[in-house]
Formats: sequence, structure tokens, C-alpha cells
Amino acid sequence: MIRIDNVAIQQGDFRMEELNLTLPDQCYAILMGPTGCGKTTLVEAICGLRPVSRGSIHLGQTDITRHAPFDRNVGYVPQDSVLFPTMRIDQQIEFALVVRKMPRNDRRKRVAELAELLGIGNILERFPQGLSGGERQRVALARALAFRPRLLCLDEPLAALDANTKSQITALLKRVHRQEKVNVLHITHSPTEAVELGTLVFQMVDQQIIQTAL
Amino acid sequence: MANEPGEMRSSVGRRTGWLFWTSMSGLGGLYLALIILLVVVDFQYASLSDIRTSLADERVIFSICLSLVTCTLAAIFSVWVAVPTGYVLARLGRDAIERHLGQKPGLNRLARFTRQSVDTILDIPIVLPPLVVGISLLVLFQTGVGRSLDQATQSFFSWIGFPGIRGITYEIPAIVLAQFTVAAAFAIRTMRNTFEQIDDRPELVALTLGARRFRVFHRIALPQAWPGVVAAFTLAWARSLGEFGPILIFAGTARMKTEVLSTTVYLNFQFGNLRGAVVASLILISVAVMVLIATRLLLLGGPAGRRR
Repeated sequence: MIRIDNVAIQQGDFRMEELNLTLPDQCYAILMGPTGCGKTTLVEAICGLRPVSRGSIHLGQTDITRHAPFDRNVGYVPQDSVLFPTMRIDQQIEFALVVRKMPRNDRRKRVAELAELLGIGNILERFPQGLSGGERQRVALARALAFRPRLLCLDEPLAALDANTKSQITALLKRVHRQEKVNVLHITHSPTEAVELGTLVFQMVDQQIIQTAL
Repeated sequence: MANEPGEMRSSVGRRTGWLFWTSMSGLGGLYLALIILLVVVDFQYASLSDIRTSLADERVIFSICLSLVTCTLAAIFSVWVAVPTGYVLARLGRDAIERHLGQKPGLNRLARFTRQSVDTILDIPIVLPPLVVGISLLVLFQTGVGRSLDQATQSFFSWIGFPGIRGITYEIPAIVLAQFTVAAAFAIRTMRNTFEQIDDRPELVALTLGARRFRVFHRIALPQAWPGVVAAFTLAWARSLGEFGPILIFAGTARMKTEVLSTTVYLNFQFGNLRGAVVASLILISVAVMVLIATRLLLLGGPAGRRR
């Protein structure tokens, strides 16, 4: 379970107060809201990339509010993938495993498993330059999933994709959620994405998070 | 007839395009011509046999070798200092300060003030006249701290088997220190600009993947900054080769001891040997061009360079 209790975040002159959100295990939560309402800021705070000035964030029984990003076990896929420009795709995917000193054979096995799940086996030896938007999103997903995070935060993963790629990645996200058994928090503007993917849908309105019907 | 207006527009477009590129590259072309002219007149003034005679002189060979060694050491030290310093200066912008320290107005203001002050101080060697750098170094090594450093350096060099180097002032280490003092400021500025142009979001993603700061810097930021590292190295090296004022004052111009190529040019000119000064200048130019080309070819084959 993921619990956000009375969280306050300040970023420059922008301030959010009293944010509350509870996600049960195995859920695919959609967080919607108008542009500039602070969805990305909240996700960055959950990932440990923004300090929280008040309140707490719990992942299961662990209070991760003051944990460094590398100690949180939260995967993050930013809006435009943000791949590492000087690493091959297979190196990007196994990065989190190298950091965790996983043996080489196990790393290779996990990379192959994710490459098959996400359909990127043919681009493992390439660098990110020249990949399509869909391929970049698949790689970013594989990279974030490699270390089996307890929570996967997706910041508008389908925003910049064409209709055909969007439907492919939507199907892929469903499969990933089912196979990897990971909790997902997915930020989007699109009600269609919410209906197709979400098991829970939240709206961020006037700096409050409200659960809405699908 | 139907295509006439379109053809006219296209022809006007071609003319203005030609005018644009000619006017934009005109000034650069003039500067290029000035540089080429300077080298050509030097070559016309001194004959090939003059250069051959100079290259047979052990004093000139010594100053070439000493220049190569000291410039390379100064450039290595400059890059070593510039990479972390440039990274810190580039990354501690307002957003990053708040990201790391939280919204603490007093602390944020102090961090911003410190960053601006450090930035200004690091520019001092760039704006100071070279002679002032030399005099300041000389004065520094007259103080207690300077003398202790002198003694420690002497002990270090006799321990590693170079008892001939008796400290820093008026010795070879003084050349390296004088070159480093100025070159490092240029290298830091280059590295700062490089890191400022690199998106920091891959580094943030790497943190969420479990990497600590040192690994993020080493595996994500540094490979992207590689062309900047090469630029900082070559700039520091070239700056060190041309350094003259601080070396003259702080290291002296003792023949076969602290004489580098720039001081050879000066000594020849000082003793009325203009031809010797021009020959030394030509050697200086040739060495600089060869080393800079070799460095770029060698280092740009590095991690990021291969894909550029």
C-alpha cells in the first residue's frame, strides 16, 4: 500500500498543501488534473526528487519521506523518457541492476526478460539517438522496471505518441502491470487512458486529490 | 506565366541567402586572413635553414621539451579541478538549491550568494594582467605558508629522486603553478558552460534507479560532458603554452632550467636577435598546432565523441 498523508510541497512560489492519497496493493492508479496543478511535482516528491516540507509518504510499512531517491524502491518514467544519451539500450536497462551489484548472468536474464515483455529485443545494442517515440517509452519502462520497484510512477507516458503507438503502449502497460505485479501511479490528461488502464482514478482539483468514478 | 511570381520569390530568396551568408562570414573571414597572414610573414622572415639550426640547438630542444611537459601537467591539473568545480557551479542553480535544501529562504539565499561569490572569485585570474598573477604568486611564496609549501615540495622531489628541484619558486614547479593558476580559470568556465548545457534529468532518473551521486556523476554526467573535457584540456594546454608574464616573474628565465618556448622568444628578442625570436615563435606555433590536433583526434574518440 502507498499512503501520502498531509503532504506539503513548495517549489519556488508554487505551493501545495494537505495532499492525501492512498493506493492499495496491485492497483493501477490514474492521477488526472489540469496543466500546472502540480501532478509532476507530486510524483517527483514521491520519487524523492523534491523535498516534502510537511507530511509523510509511506510505501507499505516504511516511511520513505526522508529517504534519498536511491533508497526508495520507486521506479520513474518521466514525460519524454529521458534516456541516458551515452549508454546502449541494454546498458540502460541493466543500470539499476549493476548499481545493486546483481551477478552478470542474472542481469542478462532480467534484461532479456524485459526486452521480450516490451518488444525491444532488436534494439538492445543501439544507442537512444534515432529511436522512435514508442521505442523510447518502451526502453524507459524497461529501465524503470528492471529492479522490480514497489511503485512505478509514469508521467504522461503516452502524451507525445501517435494514435497507433499509443494503443500499442496502452496494451503493453496493461501487460506489464499484470505480469510484473507492480503498483502504478500514472499521470495523464486523457480520460480515455483513465478508462482503458485505471483501476482507480483520482483528480487533482484545487490542490486536493479526489477519487472519481471510472 | 503562372509560375513567374514564385520563380521571382525563389530568385530573390537565393540572392538574400547568398547575401546573408556572405555578410555573416565576412568578418570571420577577415580574422582568418589576419591569422594566416601573421604565420606567413613569420615564415617569410625566417628561412628553413634558420629553423633547422635552431632545432639543432640543445637549448631550444630543452625549452620545447620543458614546454610540452609543463603545459601537459598544467592542463591535466586544470581539468582535474575544472570538472568537479564546473559541475557544482552549473548544477547549483536556484531550482537545484531548492531541490536539495528544501524551501528554506535563509539557506537558499546563502547558497545563491556563495555560488555567485565563488563564480566571481574564479574569474579573477582571467581578468588580472598576467604580470599581477606572477607578482602575487611570488609574494605568496614569501609568506610562512608559501615557504612551508616550498620546503614540502623540495622534500617531495628529493624523496622521488629529483634532488635538483629545490622547492617551487624559480624552479620547474613554479612554471606549472603559474600556468595552472591562469589556465584552470579558463578550464572551469568551459566545464561550467558544458554542464549547464547538459540536461540534468537523466541524472535525476539515475538517482531513482538506485545510483548514488558519485556513480551518477561518473556514469551519466561525465560521459555526456566528454567533448567539453577535451575542449577544457586543449584550452588549458594552449593557454599554458602562451603563458609568459607569470612565468617570467615567478619562475625566472634561467637557461636550461626554467626556460620554456615563450621565454625563449622573449630572451631572443631582448638580446636583439629578432630572427631567433621569429624562429622560436614558429616552433611554438608548430608545436601548438600539432599537439592540439593530436589531442582532439585522440580524445574525441572517447565515450561521447564516437557518436558525434
